[in-house]
Amino acid sequence: MPEREITFAEAIREALAEEMRRDPHVFIIGEDVAEAGTPFKVLSGLVEEFGKERVLDSPISEPGFTGMGVGAAMTGMRPVVDIMFGDVLTLAMGQIVNQAAKVHYMSGGRMNVPIVFRTNLGATRRSAAQHSQSLHAWVSHVPGLKVAIPSTPYDAKGLLKTAIRDENPVVFFEDKMMHKMKGLVPEEEYTIPFGVADVKMKGEDITLVATSSMVQVALGAAEKLKEIGLSAEVIDPRTTTPLDKQTLVESAKKTSRAIVIDEGYEQYGATAEIASVIADGAFYYLDAPVKRMGAMNVPIPFSPVLEDLTVPTEETVFQMAKSLCGRA
Amino acid sequence: MAKQTETTAGSKTDALDVEQWLHVYEQMAKIREFEEKANELYLKAIMPGLTHLYSGQEAVAVGVCEALRRDDYVTSTHRGHGHCIAKGASVDLMFAELLGKEAGYCRGKGGSMHIADPKSGNLGANAIVGGSAGIATGAALSAKMRGTNQVAVCFFGEGALGQGLLYEVMNMASLWKLPIIYVCENNLYNEYTHYSEALAGDVTARARAFGIPTETVDGQDVQLVYGTMQRLVERARLGEGPAFLECLTYRYYGHHVGDINRTYYRSKEEEQQWRDHHDPLKLLADKLVSSKLTDQEMLERIYADVKSEVETGVQFAIDASYPDPSQVTEDVYA
Repeated sequence: MPEREITFAEAIREALAEEMRRDPHVFIIGEDVAEAGTPFKVLSGLVEEFGKERVLDSPISEPGFTGMGVGAAMTGMRPVVDIMFGDVLTLAMGQIVNQAAKVHYMSGGRMNVPIVFRTNLGATRRSAAQHSQSLHAWVSHVPGLKVAIPSTPYDAKGLLKTAIRDENPVVFFEDKMMHKMKGLVPEEEYTIPFGVADVKMKGEDITLVATSSMVQVALGAAEKLKEIGLSAEVIDPRTTTPLDKQTLVESAKKTSRAIVIDEGYEQYGATAEIASVIADGAFYYLDAPVKRMGAMNVPIPFSPVLEDLTVPTEETVFQMAKSLCGRA
Repeated sequence: MAKQTETTAGSKTDALDVEQWLHVYEQMAKIREFEEKANELYLKAIMPGLTHLYSGQEAVAVGVCEALRRDDYVTSTHRGHGHCIAKGASVDLMFAELLGKEAGYCRGKGGSMHIADPKSGNLGANAIVGGSAGIATGAALSAKMRGTNQVAVCFFGEGALGQGLLYEVMNMASLWKLPIIYVCENNLYNEYTHYSEALAGDVTARARAFGIPTETVDGQDVQLVYGTMQRLVERARLGEGPAFLECLTYRYYGHHVGDINRTYYRSKEEEQQWRDHHDPLKLLADKLVSSKLTDQEMLERIYADVKSEVETGVQFAIDASYPDPSQVTEDVYA
């Protein structure tokens, strides 16, 4: 299968452009999405191809344009709502949680909301407490929403195309530190189904379940573990809702040890849910408690010296894995 | 009226023929009777939960919806039964929903505050005050993008003027000339508080600040509401953008059916005054009879028919079955 190398940002842009060409009902709405192409330049070039009517620059009114996206989705359109920073999801939560997530159920299945909320997560960009949070657990908590958190250009493109075609509201998180990351994608069109985890590295001694920004961290830690003779299996769930429980449990049964690594706050975080799934499903096979590594339970500080302490790193994951495997 | 109106709209009595005015009367009567029954179902503990009655405000829903096409959109509120009936829903399926039955509009999953009937353009009632402002404005954006010539109406009470969402979407509706009419039903009370205690400045000045034309009408006069709405709908359909219609009205009952002792926020005399002198059904009946367009007997016959339709609807709902427990996990995802 012929492949080519593109960046994560290009993968997002290609997915959007392909879907907009395929379906005239797909449109983008958000702050500075048109000529500016967002501050991350992820959308650059789309307005030139699709025009201002389909790449719609909105005022700085997150609840407003999010709610309008919901209304447009209920009446025949397929909006992709751009929420510039994951932190700002908090402003739009009323529309996402009380409206989008519930329309299909509350109406007894008579209406549905095919919409994608594109946003981001991730610290270490020196952006301080209000532009660095990873709030995907908030939306993963709510029935009626689906949540995709890709970790590679390949996954990003395939999952975003699936998200746009889904008949339900999907919240799609990109790690903002990952937009320049390169990876291979096939020449031909493809999509990736939701609820199918991807084994990023095969291993035997310990399972590292990692999401989004933490997948590269886990892979780095796995390389270090190799050096001391430990073989780690790295699994990326790719979507938190639906969650591929089976793949996670099977891996933990095989390795008998698991660490869950995710950049959301550790308290009540995505790691807690995933760890409980593994503890429940693989209990009799486990040789150690399932460990969780998330962002430190503090608002993300500005100073690099402090900020870098708040998120799991290759080194901290390596140390945790080593100790879980009984190595000093 | 509790407040002087700045009415500029001309009544368009002649624009509809007698049959249509009788239909308007019938629709208002149906809402009135529906709500009387809903209250009874609550008082007899047949209906689970609470509900918010529309009695007294009938002329707003009916006057507005009569000016719309079936495929035009409305979004509704927690006090939504009137909008639902006025837009074309049938009372049997509504009662079934109120009682949590499978035959209801939402298969019993929505209840009084979430009835939706997309077939008649009703995108649903909303239990978050002002919560549907985004949906309605998005429906207008969608209609414009799809080039369908549909308009959207966002119903909300004056209590929703406290919600920021409304101002965000009015800004965008004006900026992009969206075909939407914001219908503010000013029934004077934000739940249990007179609106003057919760609202600074002027109601319609808020919309005018966004460059949206506004009208304030006596919301008890269905002919006036209809005539004004017709003009606003026409300009919206022509692509001239949004409008804001304030209808001065009154709810006869409490905030919800359980709000029975309410003299701490409004007097019985005030309530009686509205029932005696500003009742929308009486006002229309008097006009039609005095102008000899119909007679009392005809109106009584219409009312009796509506009463029996509502009775039949209630019985249908009582006899209908509850959802099977297995349905609890259905409809979470499409």
